[in-house]
Amino acid sequence: MERTIRVLVAKPGLDGHDRGAKVIARALRDAGMEVIYTGLQQTPQMIVEAALQEDVDVIGLSILSGAHMTLLPKISRLLRDQQMDDVLVVAGGIISDEDAITLKGEHGIAAVFGPGSNTNDIVGFIRTNAGIARDS
Amino acid sequence: MYIPDLLPRLLGGDRRALARAISLAEQGGPASRALLAAVYPHTGQAHVVGITGPPGAGKSTLVNALALEWRRRDRTVGIVAVDPTSPFSGGAVLGDRIRMQPLGGDPGVFIRSMASRGRLGGLSRATADAVALIDAAGFQVVIIETVGAGQGEVDIARTAQTTIVVEVPGMGDDVQSIKAGVLEIADLFVVNKADREGADKTVRQLRSMQRLGAPPADGWEPPVLPAVATSGQGITEIVESAGQHAVHLRAGGGADARARATAEGELRAAVQELAIERLRGPAWDALVAQIAARQNNPYSAAEELLRGL
Ligand code: B12
Ligand SMILES: Nc1nc2c(ncn2[C@@H]2O[C@H](COP(=O)(O)OP(=O)(O)OP(=O)(O)O)[C@@H](O)[C@H]2O)c(=O)[nH]1
Ligand SMILES: [Mg+2]
Repeated sequence: MERTIRVLVAKPGLDGHDRGAKVIARALRDAGMEVIYTGLQQTPQMIVEAALQEDVDVIGLSILSGAHMTLLPKISRLLRDQQMDDVLVVAGGIISDEDAITLKGEHGIAAVFGPGSNTNDIVGFIRTNAGIARDS
Repeated sequence: MYIPDLLPRLLGGDRRALARAISLAEQGGPASRALLAAVYPHTGQAHVVGITGPPGAGKSTLVNALALEWRRRDRTVGIVAVDPTSPFSGGAVLGDRIRMQPLGGDPGVFIRSMASRGRLGGLSRATADAVALIDAAGFQVVIIETVGAGQGEVDIARTAQTTIVVEVPGMGDDVQSIKAGVLEIADLFVVNKADREGADKTVRQLRSMQRLGAPPADGWEPPVLPAVATSGQGITEIVESAGQHAVHLRAGGGADARARATAEGELRAAVQELAIERLRGPAWDALVAQIAARQNNPYSAAEELLRGL
């Protein structure tokens, strides 16, 4: 039996831009995934704890505030501390190419999708990469 | 995480094990049934409270306020919030957590969102299993939020010990708008959004409707309580009343009847799941084709299948 992919979509930090997060949540739902949307102003601790309780395969972080280089590595670190490295983490929003390379290379972010990204590409990436490391 | 490790960790209150166990229950199958069978002796400790009512009535906001109040009284709280699965894609957006942000970071609270996954009646197939797992993990109060509906979701009354039906002012001007099914399952009515006009009228209507009906067989007259979930007004009264209902159930023997109704529902669901799982196969497929072609009918086909069980 195929498992339904569960995704936590969260907005870390004090960032009120929620259009992108809602667009992504809807696109993933329409692709047959279960999306837990936690709303605005989430601390890294709140995001990781919600991901743990919801037992998600994927965390999707939407961030347009410019604070991604502090918040995203913090989330990855907390996930490692909780031995939740098997959760796929993807991000989107306003993130420069340079920062995206660092986040992917050094901070465990699997992919970064900027403005104008095609939601089909995002769905495809998650389908291919979600749950690979999961053991049960 | 290996399944044999899950049970001891779950019983020890490990949150990650609990989260994994709920996923396993949602998936179903033999491993899930083995785990639930082992967990069952450790259940029956929690006070299970159901919250149902129309979409947008403030159920999630109310769950948040009630959980905060129970935490103030040093009770640990598990929450299962069910939202509808899209019939078109099979996906879902589960948004109940948005209203429960104030509970974030409290280790005495565990929140799980579930999609209805095609099940009608306000709950998902695995909701009762999730409640059992949270109960076994040691949470003292388990709150279930149903899909927004309010057309008499009787499933919740079978799973919860105390069922709270949420109404809001101005839902319709006459008594008819409140469905008989909802009246029968309510142990407590909450008229939420009492900061809005017409709350008094809705409270009065509900009370007069109760007087029209036969006196309650078990001697519990469901109270009608106004509340403002966003400000916390009326919340202590609801928590007190839910507590009194639990005491009433235990004292009046109503608890046995409820437990039997719950047990029957659980058994029925388990028989159905197991029977269908065992009967599926080439013979099943052949009968489906025959029925579709009007060469057979569902009743004869079912008899034939069950004879082979
Ligand atoms: C609309 C908008 C607003 C609206 C927001 C409405 C809302 N509720 O969302 C309003 C007017 C409120 C607003 C306010 C502000 N804004 Co503004 N805003 C924009 C604008 C023009 C468009 C954003 C948008 O909605 N795009 C549409 C969505 C669909 O696109 P998206 O979010 O990029 O999402 C796509 C991808 O990024 C990706 N994606 C996004 N999230 C995720 C998540 C996952 C998991 C995945 C896989 C993919 C993914 O997929 C999506 C689809 O392709 C941008 C400029 C721009 N062109 O981006 C500025 C912009 C983001 N804002 C900016 C600023 C500075 C502000 C303000 C601080 C302005 C001020 N001084 O008051 C305030 C802050 C508000 C707050 N509380 O945070 C700056 C941010 C600069 C930075 N980060 O360095 C921008 C970039 C404008 C600029 N060029 O300066 N803003
Ligand atoms: N004025 C007022 N608004 C309220 C009250 N309680 C909740 N709300 C608002 O009602 C809206 C819906 O609240 P939710 O708690 O999401 O309602 P719900 O019943 O869980 O909704 P679904 O799960 O979608 O069926 C939100 O905007 C709340 O802020 C209240 O007592 N008064
Ligand atoms: Mg809700």
